[in-house]
Amino acid sequence: MAVPAPHPASTEPSAGLGFILKKAVISALVALVLFFLMIGIRTEAGPSGQLIYWTRFGELAAIVGAVFVGSIVIELLRRWIGPVGGVELPASVRGGFAVLGRLLAPALLIFALLVPVIFYKERYLLDLAILVMTYVMLGWGLNIVVGLAGLLDLGYVAFYAVGAYSYALLAQSGLPFPHFIDTYPYVALDFQQLGPWAFWVLLPVSGLLAALWGVILGFPVLRLRGDYLAIVTLAFGEIIRLVILNWQDLTGGPNGISGIPRPTVFGIPLTPGEHGFAAMIGVPFSPTHRLVFLFYLILALALITNWVTIRLRALPIGRAWEAMREDEVACRALGINITTTKLSAFAIGAMFGGFAGAFFATRQGFISPESFSFQESALVLAIVVLGGMGSQLGVALAAIAMIGGFELFRGLDQFRMLVFGGVMVLLMIWRPRGLIGHRAPTVFLQKRTEISASLVKEGHG
Amino acid sequence: MDYFFQQLINGLVLGSIYGLIAIGYTMVYGIVGMINFAHGDIFMIGGFIALITFLILVSIGMTMVPVILLLVLLVAMAVTALYGWTVERIAYRPLRQSFRLAPMLSAIGMSFVLSNFAQVSQGARVKPVPPIITGGYTLHDSGNFAVQLSNVQIVVVVTTVVLLAIFTYIVSRTRFGRDMRACEQDQTMAALLGVDVDRTISMTFVIGASLAAVAGMMYLLYYGLVDFFMGFIAGIKAFTAAVLGGIGSLPGAMLGGLAIGLIETFWSAYFSVEYKDVAAFSILIIVLIFMPTGLLGRPEVEKV
Repeated sequence: MAVPAPHPASTEPSAGLGFILKKAVISALVALVLFFLMIGIRTEAGPSGQLIYWTRFGELAAIVGAVFVGSIVIELLRRWIGPVGGVELPASVRGGFAVLGRLLAPALLIFALLVPVIFYKERYLLDLAILVMTYVMLGWGLNIVVGLAGLLDLGYVAFYAVGAYSYALLAQSGLPFPHFIDTYPYVALDFQQLGPWAFWVLLPVSGLLAALWGVILGFPVLRLRGDYLAIVTLAFGEIIRLVILNWQDLTGGPNGISGIPRPTVFGIPLTPGEHGFAAMIGVPFSPTHRLVFLFYLILALALITNWVTIRLRALPIGRAWEAMREDEVACRALGINITTTKLSAFAIGAMFGGFAGAFFATRQGFISPESFSFQESALVLAIVVLGGMGSQLGVALAAIAMIGGFELFRGLDQFRMLVFGGVMVLLMIWRPRGLIGHRAPTVFLQKRTEISASLVKEGHG
Repeated sequence: MDYFFQQLINGLVLGSIYGLIAIGYTMVYGIVGMINFAHGDIFMIGGFIALITFLILVSIGMTMVPVILLLVLLVAMAVTALYGWTVERIAYRPLRQSFRLAPMLSAIGMSFVLSNFAQVSQGARVKPVPPIITGGYTLHDSGNFAVQLSNVQIVVVVTTVVLLAIFTYIVSRTRFGRDMRACEQDQTMAALLGVDVDRTISMTFVIGASLAAVAGMMYLLYYGLVDFFMGFIAGIKAFTAAVLGGIGSLPGAMLGGLAIGLIETFWSAYFSVEYKDVAAFSILIIVLIFMPTGLLGRPEVEKV
């Protein structure tokens, strides 16, 4: 057993100190140049429309000082903690972690089921839980496209928007073809006649419409991959948003759509009246009932997404997705139909996005294009990547961490997106493979095939 | 016909601005193979730096417009270049050997950081400036419609052409340009032959950012306003331009920029202003589907 080599930093502390100081001074100087104009000077349009400015050198000095100190602290941490990070945990501890890992998913599920019971009185927390579950569902939906099929989709919010607008428009005005209906009254489908059943009938319709749009997006991008695919999906998401924003006759433009029908418990409205759900089961009415119901609704939808994903992974199509993620060319060579594989991934991922969208519309009662910006796509993608691309549990944990963290910073108000972006960068640097790195294919060969060295060219192995 | 010529002029001016931003995308994609999502926001920061410098210079009593413009240009290029350098250093360099998605998400995060930094530090409201360069020429007057060429438009186009000439010289004739092209082809081999790969990549970001700063300043001069959100849409359109011209190709980026500028202007003039961005994005999708290598790009050979 060799004696561990002394850490280089500890042998020459004085040189290390000088280096740290030099680095900190350089960082502070860079910060000074970066922030001198942007923070040191504040511009604003004055009362007469003329630009005015004032100086904020106090803030500038504080920030430059913070960069200086921060640079020293980071460098010290890197020296002291850095080597410890690689320590192997003892087998017993690792075993403990493994048991915890196995128990985590059922524990989370039980906790989720109990959330409305525990937080019945905390309206804010219930609302937050619904929001978190919405993102868990979106994350699981996008996970099919990005995590399983390996198709980088930056426009997932488009399907969320299609689902939300499909539900809102159909529930409000029936089919948007009044002339058609006047001419052929026998095919008239007035969804308003559905009354309390509107949500339950239109939920699958929204999902199907979103899936249709998934195929519409999928067809042209069949040949694209990697970054090109990402940018096309981004453009697609923006096109959908811009069309919603500008097609004022149909979508109300920036004003959005309000008065979207609220969900019912399978036809029984959650209202205080005689026919309401509270009266039916004989308890006094409370507005919290709706929140509890919405929570269980999104939980059920999310669990369906999860279940379908898990089942699909055991089917040929799921295996084809994973194979395609690992190597598209090899897939083609093995006779897997890339067209259907890609389109089905887009369609199924989009369908769950559409369900989530319809849920979002019925929960809010109001939707506008603002809710479907690129930031949402980036947020959901960040959840999937942080969750480890393909790990169902990881995505759920990442959604809780991201949305919960986002809410924690609500007090920071305008700094929130700044912090969010910064955290995204830091997390990527810290764990590029996600919080839970899990990319193992569902099936693999039991025995590793030995490859003769002569078959592996140097530099190509 | 006069209306057409007027739109042609407007489109070319807008296209020069897009082209300047597109060069940054195409260079970075060429050398590190990633879409620098924060580049649009670097352009926005460049606009803000130009605005603030201009304001300071005017308030300390400078009156000579050419001197002011030159100083603003230099300050904006220098400071924004440092932004580009810092972004690469903080967000991309640690992830260079990482898997494909990590730098992209890091770049998206950086884009949020930059745009919200501008919002927090300078406020969310649009910042207007009075016209700095005034006057112009009437090229042709047919009675009911006059084709105008304003001095701002001349300044924008001339600056773009001059910078492009300098830039082309740097890439094709200098040591740095050779290093850059070497890194584009094979980073390991370039490193073995004594090219400082880290430094070359940093310099690529610096040059891209300084050209984006020029674009930001031109935008400020031309439209007379900046706001913290302008980087996103401009960034996507410039990326579209880079793809249209063939990503990795520098003349292609400029050509693509001009094409996007013209398409957008003519679409606004003859069809609808509301859907001009939809038109630009549709072009992106159509080009990628039917011509994935763009106008001047080389086809990508896939090795297994």
